Amino acid sequence: MSIVEVEGLRKTYGAVTAVDDVSFTVAEGEVFGILGPNGAGKTTAVECVEGLRVPDAGRIRVAGFDPIREHDELTKILGVQLQASELQAKLTVREALEMYSAFYADPADWRPLVERLGLEAQLGQRFGKLSGGQKQRLFIAVSLLGNPRVAVFDELTAALDPRARRETWQLVRDINASGVTILLVTHFMEEAQYLCDRVAVFDRGRVVALDTPDALIKNSDSSVVISFRPSTPLPDAGLQSLPGAVSVTRDGAKVVIKGNDDTVQAVTSMIVRERITARQLRIVDATLDDAFLSITAGAGSDHSATVQGDF
Amino acid sequence: MSASTAVLKAETKLFAREPGSLFWVLAFPSLLLLGFGLIPKYRQIDPGLGGNRIIDFYVPSVVLVALITASLLSMPGALTTYRERGILRRMRTTPARPSHLLVAQMVLHAAAAVLGAVLAIALGRLVWGVALPEQMLAYGVSLLLATLAGLAMGAVITALARTAKAAQAIGLAVFFPSMFAAGIYVPTQVLPDTVRQVIELIPFGAAAQALNQAANGSWPTWTHLTVLALWTVGLMAIAARWFRWE
Repeated sequence: MSIVEVEGLRKTYGAVTAVDDVSFTVAEGEVFGILGPNGAGKTTAVECVEGLRVPDAGRIRVAGFDPIREHDELTKILGVQLQASELQAKLTVREALEMYSAFYADPADWRPLVERLGLEAQLGQRFGKLSGGQKQRLFIAVSLLGNPRVAVFDELTAALDPRARRETWQLVRDINASGVTILLVTHFMEEAQYLCDRVAVFDRGRVVALDTPDALIKNSDSSVVISFRPSTPLPDAGLQSLPGAVSVTRDGAKVVIKGNDDTVQAVTSMIVRERITARQLRIVDATLDDAFLSITAGAGSDHSATVQGDF
Repeated sequence: MSASTAVLKAETKLFAREPGSLFWVLAFPSLLLLGFGLIPKYRQIDPGLGGNRIIDFYVPSVVLVALITASLLSMPGALTTYRERGILRRMRTTPARPSHLLVAQMVLHAAAAVLGAVLAIALGRLVWGVALPEQMLAYGVSLLLATLAGLAMGAVITALARTAKAAQAIGLAVFFPSMFAAGIYVPTQVLPDTVRQVIELIPFGAAAQALNQAANGSWPTWTHLTVLALWTVGLMAIAARWFRWE
């Protein structure tokens, strides 16, 4: 049964369309990921779900509630960690937990929560003095005080070091295991792979893929980027027919081929066979952006045109 | 404990942790009065002031200083910081309302301003024997109306300033004329009539006149109280129209 339903969501800021015709549903008990580069509209989409932004079009229901018209009801069952938001700098951890507890009719006991999140030693510490990881754990604690049915975590681990990130992932799993449905916004493929049951890939305000992480990775076939400057020009057609090649682009005299390990082999043997000198040859694992290009099947699509900045 | 009580409780603790606000609202007015009291001429009876001393006129002005610093500098600074850091926004995702924070801040700054005023009145009475306000009720009513007008000015600054820095700049720009209107730089009694008439039309000018009249035993002229009430209503309307939660 779906607990979050988003249908035909559209949100524009002036001339910029942040989210366009986005639809997805989240099943109860699921960890659902929203993955995408900066400016893909991820935050805008979840802020519409949280009732912080009014959609221009579309229909959203969270546990049956309309986030705008039934905002009061929504806040009772939704726990939220916002991407860029703080607490009062001089408020201590204990005071923050006590104050936020008072907002709910039947709040969770914050003591076991603090224990589980490893914040006992910080109870008397002021928010402004906490480390990035401690702040995020406090935000998690605060978001869980109302015993939410759904929790939204927006870039929960973006500011954390790898170790703190791993620890936070385990926490998210524990929270989910205790029965909370989780909507997770991230731009880390690894994070999505580790935590999410299903992932919606956002690109330029649209959902371009929606599947389990395994399926997405399997279908994403450009895992390697090969670039070099050939001593003699090479025809595009020949390059595009290389095994595993997903896209061939040119940057002046430089050729950029996206593909997989098979492509690497084919390129190296082609260089030997054709007796070409490949200057500045680089073979690198594809970044997340490359994976997106592959997922969007947008060979030749120009990602640099994406509007930057987090909406 | 209700959400609004919890917010007020937390904000009270936070207010007590702001040495800057505490100094400017609670201590600065009294220190200013102490400074005036050190000037021998201010302690001499001046026949030109109806047999009063300048220090007698300064107490009501200094009472307004607590209100001016609280409402023009301290409160807009706190609220714009809350907005800038997404604290108001975070509160919107809970069953509490961000307006709880606004109300708590207004209540606390009003209370602190009144406390700062009481301290200054007590100091004047104890050190220089400045008579306590003769019309206590009138004094209280005038101070209440002045407080509302001051908070309304602070609310407008909060609404118009996009950042805490901007709030500080606007606050200071309004601060100095307000201090002048309240009679801090020169007692308004010694100003030319035309200047005084203009000053009486702005909030802290009208407030200073009303407090002076109440201190001397008469009910304030209605025009002063009306001026304060009109400013409060007008400024609150502007603040409500332009305020942004984020």
